[in-house]
Amino acid sequence: MTTTAKGAPDQKAGVTIAVGRRVFLGMTALGLAGIVFGARLESVLDSGLQRLFPWWPGFRIYSISGSYPMISEAEYRLEISGLVDRPRVFTLADLKAMPSTSFSQEFQCVTGWTVPNVEWEGVKLSDILDEAGVRQGATALSFESYDGADSESLTLYQAQLPDVIVAYRMLGAPVTTEHGGPVRLYVGPMFGYKSLKWLSAIRVVDQVIPGYWEQNGYPLNGWRDGSTGPTDLALTGGVA
Amino acid sequence: MNVRIDTYQQAVSRILRFDRVQRTAHWANALLFGILMLTALLLYFPGLSGIVGRRALVVNIHVWTGIALPVPLLISLLGPWGARMRRDLRRVNKWTRDEIAWLWALGRRAPRVVDKFNPGQKLNSLFVGGSIVVMLATGIVLKWFQFFPVSWRMGATFVHDVLAFAIFVVVIGHIIFALAHPESMRSMVKGWVTEGWAARHAPAWLREETGEMEEDQSVAHSD
Repeated sequence: MTTTAKGAPDQKAGVTIAVGRRVFLGMTALGLAGIVFGARLESVLDSGLQRLFPWWPGFRIYSISGSYPMISEAEYRLEISGLVDRPRVFTLADLKAMPSTSFSQEFQCVTGWTVPNVEWEGVKLSDILDEAGVRQGATALSFESYDGADSESLTLYQAQLPDVIVAYRMLGAPVTTEHGGPVRLYVGPMFGYKSLKWLSAIRVVDQVIPGYWEQNGYPLNGWRDGSTGPTDLALTGGVA
Repeated sequence: MNVRIDTYQQAVSRILRFDRVQRTAHWANALLFGILMLTALLLYFPGLSGIVGRRALVVNIHVWTGIALPVPLLISLLGPWGARMRRDLRRVNKWTRDEIAWLWALGRRAPRVVDKFNPGQKLNSLFVGGSIVVMLATGIVLKWFQFFPVSWRMGATFVHDVLAFAIFVVVIGHIIFALAHPESMRSMVKGWVTEGWAARHAPAWLREETGEMEEDQSVAHSD
């Protein structure tokens, strides 16, 4: 108060206005409104922004170990074991010899970033399971990654959905190392973290074993329609 | 004899611009911003993410640094030691019509009277304050996403990304300005500016500081 009294004689205009408070509150209000309405705004801006900034809105690469595991196409192996009649190891050529499926979908992370129209090609996970012969008593799958740290889980029901694939092509080219190549999982109905990269092994088990991100607080079932609460019962699967 | 003159000159010509509390708050804030911006780059750009990996660790550093972000400014403002901080906050808040005109002219026309802070500096402070609140709010939605609908998470991602971009622009601009004005930057390191600098850059403030000497006691008593 004393400050303004002293400052006053210096200012010919005399009057001061609390602009600072308005700027601060305005910025805060705009930011909070952006949380609620930003998704709509972004969908309008999206195409334009992508042309302006090539990196917008790109993939954010989630690598949880120190570096990417480098696996050549020739040395790639996918092991399937556990509660199956015919445990076996697939080479990339084995996978490519199986009937393939391809489609485009929006890739969406649980934290909100999306990449529209991502092309996928690979083998349906259900075909691989049929090939190995799932035994009585199996209820879930546990996936392992070449990076030695990441893991994922799906119920048997979820694994048999048509857009759950073992992918060897993505974005119109072989899956790059960065994106989890040469072979990764793609779980279409769920958020990105379920789509395990550098897929090395599938174990058929009798209960859901939470994967890496689930152990770090992500929901066990990453359904994209929003039913992502940790209370989702993995074993009741199909209701989503 | 030279020594005496130097001491004399220092005694009259140095004016305290930022006290220890303000400088500590500034550099603590700058350190937190620096950690956040560095980890942000790692989280955002695939090339960098690949080199460093260990995403869970980088995320943790980013999140907890973000939660700590408002702490230095709040402590420096709210404590009994924060008198100068609070007084400068009032300066940042109050704008003369002249300064508002500067804002509308997008800085092309210099304001007639410059107080302790020019309108650009005021805007920078306000932007930093607003950024802390908005980045914290959107960051909370992203970290504890389970409690928010998907459309909010997308909105929060959008705001967090756009504002992050703006923060990089403003912070780099702030550093360039600081490097271009070494005396101004020194005042954020050592606290003081010379009277000559104040006369050139903040004449109204200089008059206030020098005319205030005898009033200071009365202020102290009334506190």
